[in-house]
Amino acid sequence: MSVSIKEHDYIGLSEANMEKQAYEMIYNNKDLNLKATELRLGLPGSESPEREVVVHGGAIKIMMAGAKRGFSDAINGGSRKWAYAGDGGQEVGSVKHSGQETDVSVSPVPALPERKTQVSAKPNRQISSPAPKQQVVGWPPIRSFRKNTMAVSQTKNEEEGDQKMGSGCLYVKVSMDGAPYLRKVDLEIYSCYLDLSSALEKMFSCFTIGQYGSHGVRTREGLSESRLMDLLHGSEYVLTYEDKDGDWMLVGDVPWDMFIASCKRMRIMKSSDAIGLAPRAMEKCRNRTEADNE
Amino acid sequence: MDLNQKRTRTVDRVDSVDPDLVSPESTPMCPFPDEVLEPVLSLINSHKDRSSVSLVCKDWYNAERWSRRHVFIGNCYSVSPEIVVGRFPKIRSVTLKGKPRFSDFNLVPEDWGADVYPWLSVLAKAYPFLEELRLKRMAVSDESLEFLAMNFPEFKALSLLSCDGFSTDGLKAIATHCRNLAELDIQENGIDDLGGDWLSCFPETLTTLQVLNFASLNSEVSFSDLEKLVTRCKSLRVLKVNRTINLDQLQKLLLRAPQLTELGTGTFTQDLVTRPVADLEATFGSCKNLLTISGLWDTNSLYLPVIYPACASLTFLNLSCAALRSFELAMLLIHCKSLRRLWVLDTVGDMGLEAVGSWCPLLEELRVFPADPFEQENVAGVTESGFVAVSRGCPKLHYVLYFCHQMTNAAVATVVQNCPGFTHFRLCIMNLGQPDYVTNEPMDEAFGAVVRTCPNLQRLAVSGLLTDLTFEYIGKYAKNLEILSVAFAGSSDLGLKYVLGGCPRLRKLEIRDCPFGNAALLSGLTKYESMRSLWMSACNLTMNGCRVLAKEMPRLNVEVMKDEDSEDSQAHKVYIYRTVAGPRRDAPPFVLTL
Repeated sequence: MSVSIKEHDYIGLSEANMEKQAYEMIYNNKDLNLKATELRLGLPGSESPEREVVVHGGAIKIMMAGAKRGFSDAINGGSRKWAYAGDGGQEVGSVKHSGQETDVSVSPVPALPERKTQVSAKPNRQISSPAPKQQVVGWPPIRSFRKNTMAVSQTKNEEEGDQKMGSGCLYVKVSMDGAPYLRKVDLEIYSCYLDLSSALEKMFSCFTIGQYGSHGVRTREGLSESRLMDLLHGSEYVLTYEDKDGDWMLVGDVPWDMFIASCKRMRIMKSSDAIGLAPRAMEKCRNRTEADNE
Repeated sequence: MDLNQKRTRTVDRVDSVDPDLVSPESTPMCPFPDEVLEPVLSLINSHKDRSSVSLVCKDWYNAERWSRRHVFIGNCYSVSPEIVVGRFPKIRSVTLKGKPRFSDFNLVPEDWGADVYPWLSVLAKAYPFLEELRLKRMAVSDESLEFLAMNFPEFKALSLLSCDGFSTDGLKAIATHCRNLAELDIQENGIDDLGGDWLSCFPETLTTLQVLNFASLNSEVSFSDLEKLVTRCKSLRVLKVNRTINLDQLQKLLLRAPQLTELGTGTFTQDLVTRPVADLEATFGSCKNLLTISGLWDTNSLYLPVIYPACASLTFLNLSCAALRSFELAMLLIHCKSLRRLWVLDTVGDMGLEAVGSWCPLLEELRVFPADPFEQENVAGVTESGFVAVSRGCPKLHYVLYFCHQMTNAAVATVVQNCPGFTHFRLCIMNLGQPDYVTNEPMDEAFGAVVRTCPNLQRLAVSGLLTDLTFEYIGKYAKNLEILSVAFAGSSDLGLKYVLGGCPRLRKLEIRDCPFGNAALLSGLTKYESMRSLWMSACNLTMNGCRVLAKEMPRLNVEVMKDEDSEDSQAHKVYIYRTVAGPRRDAPPFVLTL
């Protein structure tokens, strides 16, 4: 429906180019930590960091200039030129939904300069931004204290595993000792340990979790050593999970909600390997209790 | 006295008396002696009413000025402190607002101004018995806070909202020296948090605290000092702690202060249960007077239910720090049948909003904030269907702030049909220039429906793809509109001209990134004196256009903020406001008053 004219700014880069550079910059920044540990085929040091910096610098500079211009460069995709009414107050030229681009020169109201200010509007639905889009200063109009609050709670959620805010799924890996490959389960679809247990049982058919008691409802008791021992001795395998602190815990001790909030991945261990697990788990909880009570 | 004229004056304009008001027969025409008039007038608290009273005649003007105890100054540069203290000799409470609202979104450079210190030094001489100071968007330094603490022996209430420039050291001074402190309300400020020891500065003798809000501070305070403070302040009714306070600590505080009416919790989860959840639930049950709950950071399905016993009498629930899912919100709202105001994050989704519509028939205000405002891919959040669902179930809804990624004209029309009583309608479609995603048309008809259907509309914020038609509707129909926020909208000068030509009660107009130029600006020449302020940034204004305005209207301050990048002839950021104090004397170098 629309023909988008590539807007070139004074450096001579087109908008698409800027998008790409911005994308690269953000991508590189984001993954900076991972790059160091990334397994690659090239010789170490084959990618010169200076070059990236230059790209960063260039992209940053372009972005800064764009941001200061106002809304123009901050919007991805097509750009439209606005026609400004002259004294007659007539609306000339492009209105977004007409789908046309008209380039009308500004009539000289007192010393109005020939500034090309674009207000980009998107007639089509999607914002075709491939990456975190260049942010417009002060948009959306959220106060900074609110951004900080939510940023922290976001981070907390991210720490808790493959959790996406509001997307309603919580996939964690499940490995089993001796199995040739891992599986992934969505913890959100289960409501209690029993459901999870049967699902895993089906997935790894030669596998038992054992009983967990009434964990479908909120429990108020603390941990009990004897219960753990029963589980361990009752079956060939035990189900364990890694919590957000990186500790390996026995599945079934805490209420279900707490479990899915802290589980990062699961492992089905042979019970012989798990002997040392229970005492450590108890220790950890005891330490925590002490710390909290000061 | 022309009644129409009266309407355009508010207390912000502290004028000397118009000589036409003083008729030779003014004394016999005014039958009440001062001894009667003043006590009667002292019962009037609304500043608008007081402004009207002061315009009746000279006697009433005088009676009013002597009986006034609270002065509200909506723009600290519209009047000088000397003029204020000259007119009102017996003030005990001052409310001051400073920077333009867009400073909340980083559009106003630092060091722009609105320093409270010059005010404080004048107030200290004129009102040594000042009791209350409420500041919004002012620059407040630690020195100012120290000055305040040391120079006003009767000082009782300090409220700082969206201010910046101070640190917790300033709070130490307040806590240490204000012997009669009843209120310390610190909200959303750009504060330098150097530690939590300010709280320990409250003397053991202080028992008068009624309001304590430090929810926005990050540092840990001494819990034992806090607990002792709460214990000895028997009149404490508002307590909002920060996130560092955990559930166990909260429980202890609640046991000490069951009389609380407003509670802001700390972090609302814990890794390990040290005491059964039932205990906490019982504690909430014993707080019979709770009307407001906020905070609730990090809460989840396990802990949120402990507040259920307190929910039946709640009128305001602020969940904007708790990323709840739809079913968690639904389960909670079942218990909240008296709810009037609700703030949530958009993690609750449309289903959560359906629950709002189902369970909160008395709801008057809804604010939905985006949990992840800058996320473009994988956007969840709320849509138009959640909005409609709320409107169906909540016919009394009159205040909405709604952040979303998509909207339709039809949905908005339905919403206002269901709730024609809107006074505040703030819709933020976060994707810039987003049309109606079903029809691909601009969102003009949506806002047209709003202004046509809601006669009481006072505040409007528009967004999405908008042409001049939106503004034609606004100018034509929004007779009671006082505050209008516009961003990335409009097609030409006509848009602004429509608004300036209509909207008789417009007070505050803030515009960014719109194609409005000098012609539009100048079309509102005569209107600006009846408004508090106009902000225009990244529009098409030039220095010359602004100079013309400044020349024609000497009682306006026309200020241009220069940007290093923009050309010299452009007026990148313009702030225009009426004033009786003349041009600013404290303007930084980048602010030019024309």
